[in-house]
This record gives sequence, C-alpha cells and structure tokens, in this order.
Amino acid sequence: MTTPGGDSPLWEVFVRGRRGLAHQHVGSVHASDATMALRNARDLYTRRGEGVSIWVVPASSITASSPEEKDPFFEPAGDKAYRHPTFYSVPDGVRNL
Amino acid sequence: MTQHSDPPPDAAVAEYALRLGDDALVLAQRLCQWITRAPDLEEDVALGNIALDLLGQARTLLSYAGTHDGRTEDDLAYRRTDREFRNCLIVELDNGDFATTIARQLLFSVYQVDLYAALCESTDPTIASLAAKAVKEVAYHADHATQWTLRLGDGTPESHRRMREGLEAVWPYADELFETDETVRTLVDRGVAADPAELLSGWQTTVVATIEQATLDVPVSDWHPSGGRVGRHSEGFGYLLAEMQSLARQHPEAQW
Repeated sequence: MTTPGGDSPLWEVFVRGRRGLAHQHVGSVHASDATMALRNARDLYTRRGEGVSIWVVPASSITASSPEEKDPFFEPAGDKAYRHPTFYSVPDGVRNL
Repeated sequence: MTQHSDPPPDAAVAEYALRLGDDALVLAQRLCQWITRAPDLEEDVALGNIALDLLGQARTLLSYAGTHDGRTEDDLAYRRTDREFRNCLIVELDNGDFATTIARQLLFSVYQVDLYAALCESTDPTIASLAAKAVKEVAYHADHATQWTLRLGDGTPESHRRMREGLEAVWPYADELFETDETVRTLVDRGVAADPAELLSGWQTTVVATIEQATLDVPVSDWHPSGGRVGRHSEGFGYLLAEMQSLARQHPEAQW
C-alpha cells in the first residue's frame, strides 16, 4: 500500500443480505469510479456469502445530521411512548420486524 | 485435503490435471506476493481473493492428479523440483509493476474463461465439475483485469505507458497457452481436454477488443518462449519455489 487512499474518492457500501430485506450500510471503500467501487465492495464485503445485491454511493453525496443538531433532532422523540408499536401483539410468523 | 471418490486418472489425464493445477498454483503464489504492496488496500484484497480462487482450483486438480500414482496435493506442491513443474511460463513471470501484473491477468484469465467453459463438457467427471465451479471464478478475474486495463490504458500518460509496456512484456508468453502436443491431442480425441486451437480465436477476439478499447496497440512479437509444459522454466521460478516450499522443506510433515 504505497499511497493510502490515493486520489480515489470514498464510497459508502450497502449490502442486501437476501431478498426481502433492505440494504444495510456495511462500510466504505476507495475507488476511482462507481464501477470499480462496486467491484472493490464485492471483494471486501461479500467474501463470505453475505450478499445478493450491493449499492455504492459517493460518500460526498450523503448529507448527515450534525452532532450539534442532536437535541432538536432526536430529543423530542424521547418521551413519546405512544409512537412505539407496543400496544398490540405481533402475530406469530412475522419475522424481520 | 480434498477427497476424491472418482476413480484415479490414467497417466494422460493426470498429466493434464497437473498442467492446469500447476498453472493455478504458481499464479496464486505470484499474486500473493502483491499483498501489502498493491496500490491500495482494496486491491490487496482483490488480488488476494483471486489468488485464493486459483489456489482452490489447484488443490482440486493436484489432488486428482496425485491419485494416479499415490501422491498427495502436498507432495506435488511442496516436494517437486522446478523441472517437475508443468505450468506455462506466463504464470511464473516476475510480477513487474501493477500494470504488468494486470496485463498478465488479462491474457491468462480470458484464456481460463474459455478453457473452463469448454471443460464443463469434459468427459472426465472430476475435471468437468471443477470447471463448472471455476468458470464463475475466472469470469470475475477476467472482469477485474479488463476494468483495470481500460482504466490504466485510457488513464494518464504515465498509466498508459506502463500498461503498454506491461502488455508488451507478457504478450510473447501467451502463445504457449495454445500449444498442442501428443498428450493434448489424445485427450481432445477422448473428449477430456479442450482443444487449444479452438480456444485461440475467441481469446484473440476478446483480448484485442479490450486492448483497443483501452486505446492501446496490440503488441507484435515473433518471439515465442516455450518449455514450461516439459519442465524448462525461467530463472525466477527457482526463487518462487524456494519461497513457496521453504516451510514444508524445513519442517517436513508439519501440520497446522
């Protein structure tokens, strides 16, 4: 590894484990373009049969909430128990909920 | 160790399995030399994955070849001298720079794709089942090499120069992949082996298309190095074997 990261941009990697599930963020890779990012992601994150589908997204395209916004963003949800789906029972046989 | 319930191969089939197995084993060893030295961490892993695919192919093929005369895959990998190896010369060449390694990967992986696709129809069940598994692996190896060839060839002036020089360095060695001898002719007649002559035109079409798309020129060479299939190897091969076999030679019968 001569030039860590090199000039290559960073890509965030999302892998879907199997049909019916959503893509999950699993990490990131460096790559010169989207095609190579997809291949690098395949090599790094699906070596043990983890996935049936991969998305790569330029890390620069992601808009993230900032730590300073934490209170107005997330605090108000803390005491609103009625928003939780805890007032009915989940039928048997429903998985992945 | 890989176990085989299929009947042992006869001498000709064993020789053929040994050739294919040695090609895979030696290239796996060369590619492993890139680990921690590739242009980036992602590429370390990519080349390592490709090497592991090849090592898996080598294990199956060498185990099968060994059942002919009672040798194990370890006997064949670790206890033969360079003259007893049957790999073609292109896989043992020094890695050179990254572009040279990619050039070799392009020429060799594209060959392996058509080879294993043909061997899926082999009348030898062990070779046919190995080919069915390996053809998907080598398709990815060829794609990896193609993507890099396009980017290096059609990249910066420096990457273009390196890719051109890499291709020129390995190009003459590709001829040996398509050689035919008595063993191959016999096995083609029996439906065991792929006919190298039939693989050549498809290989040329694919490789030339990639090279041209990468804005490179197809190298021209009237030098045709050969001899790997009968055990005449290059000087650097001795060093490769010395490293690969050092543990087994210093600690015979060592176990993990």
